[in-house]
Amino acid sequence: MFDYNFHWRPVMKSLPDLLEAASLTLQVAVLAMVLGIVIGLCLALARLHLRGPVYWFATAWVELARNTPALFQLFFFGFGLGAFGLHLSPYLIVLAGLSFNCAGYLAENFRGGFKAVPETQIRASRSLGMTPWQAYSRVVIPQVFRIVYHPITNQMVWAVLMSSLGMLVGFRELSGETQFFASRTFRIFEYFAVTAVIYYVIVKVILLSSRLMAARLFRY
Amino acid sequence: MISIRDLHKYFGALHVLKGIDLDVQKGEVLSVIGASGSGKSTLLYCINGLEMIQDGAVTVDGTDVHAKGTDINKLRQKLGMVFQQWNSFPHLTALENVALAPRIVKCKSKAEAREIAAKQLQHVGLGEKLNVYPSALSGGQQQRLAIARALAMEPEYMLFDEATSALDPELVGEVLDTMRLLADEGMTMICVTHEMGFARDVSDRVAFFHQGVMEEIGPPAQIFGDARSEHTRKFLANVR
Repeated sequence: MFDYNFHWRPVMKSLPDLLEAASLTLQVAVLAMVLGIVIGLCLALARLHLRGPVYWFATAWVELARNTPALFQLFFFGFGLGAFGLHLSPYLIVLAGLSFNCAGYLAENFRGGFKAVPETQIRASRSLGMTPWQAYSRVVIPQVFRIVYHPITNQMVWAVLMSSLGMLVGFRELSGETQFFASRTFRIFEYFAVTAVIYYVIVKVILLSSRLMAARLFRY
Repeated sequence: MISIRDLHKYFGALHVLKGIDLDVQKGEVLSVIGASGSGKSTLLYCINGLEMIQDGAVTVDGTDVHAKGTDINKLRQKLGMVFQQWNSFPHLTALENVALAPRIVKCKSKAEAREIAAKQLQHVGLGEKLNVYPSALSGGQQQRLAIARALAMEPEYMLFDEATSALDPELVGEVLDTMRLLADEGMTMICVTHEMGFARDVSDRVAFFHQGVMEEIGPPAQIFGDARSEHTRKFLANVR
């Protein structure tokens, strides 16, 4: 039918290296999500409650993160800052790029979440003598968290997959490592096929654990 | 005592309350009636500081609600409020709904807050529903939950903002019964209501609001039997 001969042995030999790179992928994605959630929350609150420069800063961030290619954002932290003499390591470039991107998307998820909690919940909380902070932290944010829970899971999956752009700035995460081995052995198909399976398994595990956690967290 | 002097409230250009003077004594049950948009609910929001006022003063036991230095969060602990849309916290069980404010506002221990909550839920007839989420409660039950939540702060006054207006007709009775119970126990209550039966039977006084003015105030017998104001008579003729 076709005369391509599969050679899986080289891939299997470098599987430990690939798995180690996969853990790096997961690590950078998780870190980017943690930063993204914290920053995204701040951006959403700034856009909801503030005016002036802080509002415009947050809005510009969200606009740029959502409306330009993620690859360009990565390039900005790599070559862009490099042009000004600020050279980040490949790891930091990917972390910064992913965090920037995730924060922008998550900010809009959070903003929608805050808008979905009725204003009257705050009134009811304040009428019981809660401070604004208590009303937000104990009544509003737990409800927002449920609303944005599944969008956050999606973003987590996206962060894992998007980290593969790292290979274009020289980061040896899962895709970068795969590229490295593939170009040395020319078993390009085999390497990327196995790597695709690894990505698939990672994402499946994330989705499954997210669902299990949701069942425990949200009983209402 | 709640005392209101020459209270003016605007929403933008809209003059919602036009110089209200009103005293509510400890132990009194006052019902506030009137058409929608007459300013009844806004009055309640001004009493516990959820709305700012533009002129006049509201004092609760001598403390000016709207003065700059007032610790409004502390003052609100005295003023329980029940809303039309009940506003139960959907992410917490009935017990947690009631225990939350005692726990974080009054800094009670977890066990103590839960004990208070269980007692208040029992009080309003929800003793069987402690660990149920609001989504599994009927509107009437959620409103009683809201009453228990307010009572758990041991308020000295209770403000009811059309507590039964959003309920299905067959659920109104259980909430009114709970409010009657509180009145019988001597709670000071201001009830904005469309339930004329409740206003007549339970209140010590009834106030009629018309277009931001308190047209008339007096004992139920006078308001319902011998109203002086033309507007009051017209309103009552229409709702009966």
